[in-house]
Amino acid sequence: MKALEEFMQKIKPKSDGKFPLAHAVWDGTYTFLFVPGHTNKTGVHIRDSVDLKRTMIIVVLALIPCLLFGMYNVGHQHFLAIGEAVSGESVCNLFWDKFFFGAMKVLPLIIISYGVGLGVEFVFAAINKHAIQEGFLVSGMLIPLIVPVDIPWAMLAVATLFAVVIGKEVFGGTGMNILNVALVTRAFLFFAYPTKMSGDKVWVNIDLAEGEKLVDGFSGATPLGNAVKGGVDVLNATHASLMESVIGFIPGSIGETSVIAIGLGALLLLITGIGSWRIMLSTFIGGYLMALVFNQVAGDNLYMAVPAIHQLMLGGFAFGAVFMATDPVTGAQTNKGQWAYGLLIGVMAILIRVANPAYPEGVMLAILLGNVFAPLIDHVVIRSNIKNRLKRVKTA
Amino acid sequence: MSKDVKISKGVNIKLKGTAEKLYANPVSTSDIVIRPTDFPTLMPKLVVKVGDKVKVGSPLFYNKENDKVLFTSPIGGEVTEIKRGEKRRILEVRVKGDGADSYETFKQGDPNTLSKEEILENMLKSGVWPFVRQRPFDVIANPADEPKAIHITAIDTAPLSPDYGFIVHGQGAVFQTGLDALAKLTSGKVHLNITGDSNADEAFSGAKNVQINKISGPHPSGNVGVQVHHIDPVNKGEVVWVLRALDVLTIGKLFKEGKFDASRSIVMAGSKVKSPKYVKTIMGANVGDILKDNVEEGGRYISGNPLTGTKIPANGHLGFYDYQLTVIPEGGENRFMGWLPFIGFNGFSLSRTSFSFLSPNKEYDLDTNLNGEERAFVMTGQYEKVFPMDIYPVHLVKSMMIKDIDLMENLGVYEVAPEDFALCEYSCTSKIETQKVVREALDLVRKETA
Repeated sequence: MKALEEFMQKIKPKSDGKFPLAHAVWDGTYTFLFVPGHTNKTGVHIRDSVDLKRTMIIVVLALIPCLLFGMYNVGHQHFLAIGEAVSGESVCNLFWDKFFFGAMKVLPLIIISYGVGLGVEFVFAAINKHAIQEGFLVSGMLIPLIVPVDIPWAMLAVATLFAVVIGKEVFGGTGMNILNVALVTRAFLFFAYPTKMSGDKVWVNIDLAEGEKLVDGFSGATPLGNAVKGGVDVLNATHASLMESVIGFIPGSIGETSVIAIGLGALLLLITGIGSWRIMLSTFIGGYLMALVFNQVAGDNLYMAVPAIHQLMLGGFAFGAVFMATDPVTGAQTNKGQWAYGLLIGVMAILIRVANPAYPEGVMLAILLGNVFAPLIDHVVIRSNIKNRLKRVKTA
Repeated sequence: MSKDVKISKGVNIKLKGTAEKLYANPVSTSDIVIRPTDFPTLMPKLVVKVGDKVKVGSPLFYNKENDKVLFTSPIGGEVTEIKRGEKRRILEVRVKGDGADSYETFKQGDPNTLSKEEILENMLKSGVWPFVRQRPFDVIANPADEPKAIHITAIDTAPLSPDYGFIVHGQGAVFQTGLDALAKLTSGKVHLNITGDSNADEAFSGAKNVQINKISGPHPSGNVGVQVHHIDPVNKGEVVWVLRALDVLTIGKLFKEGKFDASRSIVMAGSKVKSPKYVKTIMGANVGDILKDNVEEGGRYISGNPLTGTKIPANGHLGFYDYQLTVIPEGGENRFMGWLPFIGFNGFSLSRTSFSFLSPNKEYDLDTNLNGEERAFVMTGQYEKVFPMDIYPVHLVKSMMIKDIDLMENLGVYEVAPEDFALCEYSCTSKIETQKVVREALDLVRKETA
């Protein structure tokens, strides 16, 4: 380690030299390898061992189960489509083939996301002469997990560039953004390239090698797309029953399908206290209540009649509630506000999804809406605190 | 009518090097320094120059804003050095003791028989007045103010802090004299806030002429600002005076003996102190003399506790308000992948990202490393966990950063002191210098609203 440290110190570029970008990259790398031994000068003399790097890395770790499952599922869905795997047989057949196939599809997306995003971060760090901030570590992992596997690479790169520059850096960088960066990426893709982000053709990779052909009756539709057509019966018929939706071998965005994998991530976030349990819980409560309301008024509408629990296990709801709504920068910050914020997101997600089937991904829009409303919610909570303080003067 | 206050938010950081409840041999030192920088916002005006002879209680400098507030010498001897910093700011006034105990004499007598004016004058002239501080702004109280109440904390909950009860034990009469003097200064109540977690010393529990409140819970429950907030909060336009119980002892001795007795018992603690104990010494004493042969190499010397104290050199001096001398390991080493959660460096964390949360009673040997670099605010909920007031700490700190005085007022700036934010600063993921932000904001609000 000593040798590495000496080597790094030797190649250190000057911060005010000809290549500020080189210094930003060096600084980012060096502080990643070594937590600098800065000591406290004023104020407290001792400090908690946690820092932003540790915090962000924990979120990335929490995303690993979703990532691994997503890779496997990409392969699984592909092999189902070409008929080499059959629903009903053990999902572990062709285990390594599926995983390898999926990994080859997903890894480039991760590389593009991190490459473009961190590139932008380094450039801005160099321009603003500040140290690189770790926010994108998480965004860069979230982005590949919330897009369809067949997203064209160039589109992903453009969307990431847009999200990091317009969604974050113009506001001042990490900690200052109003909207969740990963969701801005997804929203950009959704509205700029709708044909590649919705419909039945994008969720399963159907690149055919020579001699392969799609199985008869292959649709590629996501369970949500199917549910619009025929409610819970179609879900059960297309291998997306409640249990199967929880396990997650269903078409969808790469990381969102398995509620079990998401649950593992949620567990890590909750144990470490990094994700807000209030937001997670209230989002699920809000979604459940809204789905119940639809159940009551469903009548002949089969989509509205999909059981509430089943609704929450489909699409990006669980993923959004655990990893996106809980973003501490863009979410509500007061404890009371977090309840309102989560409920709003839960209700809106199901409302948009069910009331307007053209937008099956209501979760994305609901969280972005929640992000916009979060400061207002906090404002109301804090106003009441201020009022109480003023009341004290009057009654005294 | 006493109040019981239970504080639930907060945490006691357990550090290695807690002092035994024993006194080491008293240390007398002839090298004394009074630092005007111990008093926030103070503009000192010197009345002595190098070479002047002073007695115990002779004025060294006074407050330019209020020339009645004198700062006097804790020792008799000669002024040997006046150290100045940038812009000729006075940093230190050094007095060399001559061994002869020559005292300035002040009024002696039972405060109950003295008038408010006589008590004020006695306290101002002798130099014990600066012990009386005020909320808002956490500065020395203005003797012309009419305080709504006076609060005295008899608890120190900071890491490695002294047990006030142990020090005050057996000095009940002196303590009571001090309380009687303070009681004359307000038309409101004098609150003595004692611990509710264990049995308080009889000097505290038997105090008269005051309202005794019981405070229980983890740090910062010992902070007088937190106590005031829960017992009788400060509103805009009101002033509350605050002291610590050990300060009251010095005031009591003034009225008992008619002299400024600056001797005090302090605690020497921290993992770098070989034998952590209590010791009798004097205000402003050279810590090199106090810790002679009792300290290991490579420590950071702190006058005060590790959360709010002042960094001093190894031959530095005890601060005016400090009853604690802490020596903890100095950091400065880079840590390879030190950010890794759960493995490797595993210092005490409030965030459950290291396994320290599984062993809350373990004592830690923390060094002075920042453990990261300063970042923008990202995490939420951390400050709130250790900030036991009905105030939104993050929003208040943010309003302080943007210097929005109206917003600060609304969010409760009049009730807080930097020390109340010490645990927030400790736990801050983004490594923000919270206490510094608060201090600067308080100074700004004080200046703008004056």
